[in-house]
Amino acid sequence: MKIMVAIKRVVDYAVKIRMSMNPFCEIALEEALKIKESGFASEVVSVSMGPTQCVDTLRTSLAMGADRAIHVDTKEMLYPLSVAKLLKALVDVEKPGILILGKQAIDDDCNQTGQMVAGLLNWPQGTFASKVVLDKEKNVATVDREVDGGIETLSLDLPVVLTTDLRLNQPRYATLPNIMKAKSKVIKKFTPQDLNVEIRSDLEVVEVTEPPKRKAGVLVSSVDELIDKLKNEARVI
Amino acid sequence: LSTLILAEHEGGSLKAQTLNAIAAANYLGKESSISLLLAGSGPSLQEAAAHAASCHPSISKVLLAKSDKFTYPLAEPWAKLLQLVQKIGSYSHIISASGSFGKNILPRAAALLDVSPISDVIKISEPHLFVRPIYAGNALCTVRYVGSNPCMLSIRSTSFPMISMAADSKSNPAPIDEVDLSTIDEDGISKSRYIQQTTQESERPDLGNARVVITGGRALKSAENFKMVEQLAEKLGAAVGATRAAVDAGYVPNELQVGQTGKIVAPELYMAFGVSGAIQHLAGMRDSKVIVAVNKDADAPIFQVADYGLVGDLFEVIPELLEKMPEKK
Repeated sequence: MKIMVAIKRVVDYAVKIRMSMNPFCEIALEEALKIKESGFASEVVSVSMGPTQCVDTLRTSLAMGADRAIHVDTKEMLYPLSVAKLLKALVDVEKPGILILGKQAIDDDCNQTGQMVAGLLNWPQGTFASKVVLDKEKNVATVDREVDGGIETLSLDLPVVLTTDLRLNQPRYATLPNIMKAKSKVIKKFTPQDLNVEIRSDLEVVEVTEPPKRKAGVLVSSVDELIDKLKNEARVI
Repeated sequence: LSTLILAEHEGGSLKAQTLNAIAAANYLGKESSISLLLAGSGPSLQEAAAHAASCHPSISKVLLAKSDKFTYPLAEPWAKLLQLVQKIGSYSHIISASGSFGKNILPRAAALLDVSPISDVIKISEPHLFVRPIYAGNALCTVRYVGSNPCMLSIRSTSFPMISMAADSKSNPAPIDEVDLSTIDEDGISKSRYIQQTTQESERPDLGNARVVITGGRALKSAENFKMVEQLAEKLGAAVGATRAAVDAGYVPNELQVGQTGKIVAPELYMAFGVSGAIQHLAGMRDSKVIVAVNKDADAPIFQVADYGLVGDLFEVIPELLEKMPEKK
């Protein structure tokens, strides 16, 4: 069985001017690698979409351990619906048993693509996963999901779409030998036209603004002063 | 305009965040009709429908989908249900709250309807013009929806305060119609099965809509020490929150996490103990009315958003607060 992992290139949350792999996608890739190492899968294929620079991010995924990569090359603005359609087209080509994505990207914070591609494929979805247990005989994934009220457990027939939450695993670092090896791994290129997917935008960004700043607060010197302020100034207790 | 709200209900009444979604739907304009979709099985569904029919005068219809398929919040049957109901009703808008229920179902249904959903809306300026936070709330993005109907939104509950109930609303409840499920597409929905949900039982108010939230960070050092935060919360009638670090360290369960990927809260009073103030955490609480931060490190970024900061050792400050804070009102 193959596993496909979708990866997004985002502004690094720690260093503002650098681009890197979306943290939730790192967790998705780590999970795919662990499943392969457990013997359940034979190959991990990473996929990214967007401008040429996505190849750098895919190269990172190969250095972490993905076997090969696919780049869908486009300069057009990709909203989740288009990404989901492109992923579905690639799933039709590659026929993976599991498609893993991060639950959201830390730039647009949409949290949509996994659910959308699952809907298009008519596959079951295990979103916001914090634990995945695979049963080889039954071809079933038991998924713990982080939901508002706690942890929900689902049993899902493969093939399946999973989206990762923070506590699913701790992504590995690429080691130097693997970085060297990654240089010779194959990154195949597609265009949306190759995949017969029309990129459509249902949305127009009108403006991006800074949120209102909070007024600078005050430092108090004691618990008594704090309680006094909360009581008599803020009037919240 | 006509709006369909994907409602959540529990124990025979609508959940609070569905009332927030109704508040949001009212921003689409007075001419807009609002229908509520409730699905599930058993007597509590009927009770919840009665509650829905009389919860606000703006509700013009309640749609009831009765089937064992909807007993649990599985995205596969629920997305097909939304697809069916949209086919029958041709709504201009479909709204859900952006909790884990809506986030799981709405995008799947949107894909089936071939439209782009808009997540986490915090402001409805016009029927197709919305504001939503991006980059963990460090920027606000105004987007115009130019796609075909339905325009699908998940709304951030804290941005749409609950609307007050009209006094005479009970006397004139909205009609309750049952959804004809005979043509629902059942293909594939048996591939997912609900097993269980584990929840921490708690007497404390719900984190999402508590008036006061007391949050602890990694500096608490252990689950044992975290109990101090819980004691203080009890005294103030507050909900307990936690940072990602505190959850990862196993001090508290995941549902208490406040932040970009956890709960978004905006209480009247937010008190953070031993919280450094990473941007991902600030994303979840920056809209709180009054923020108090207690931290040993005077340079912690949390102090930049705090109305009242106290530089000190939380192991001394919390016991003193426990002793001196007035009991909950």
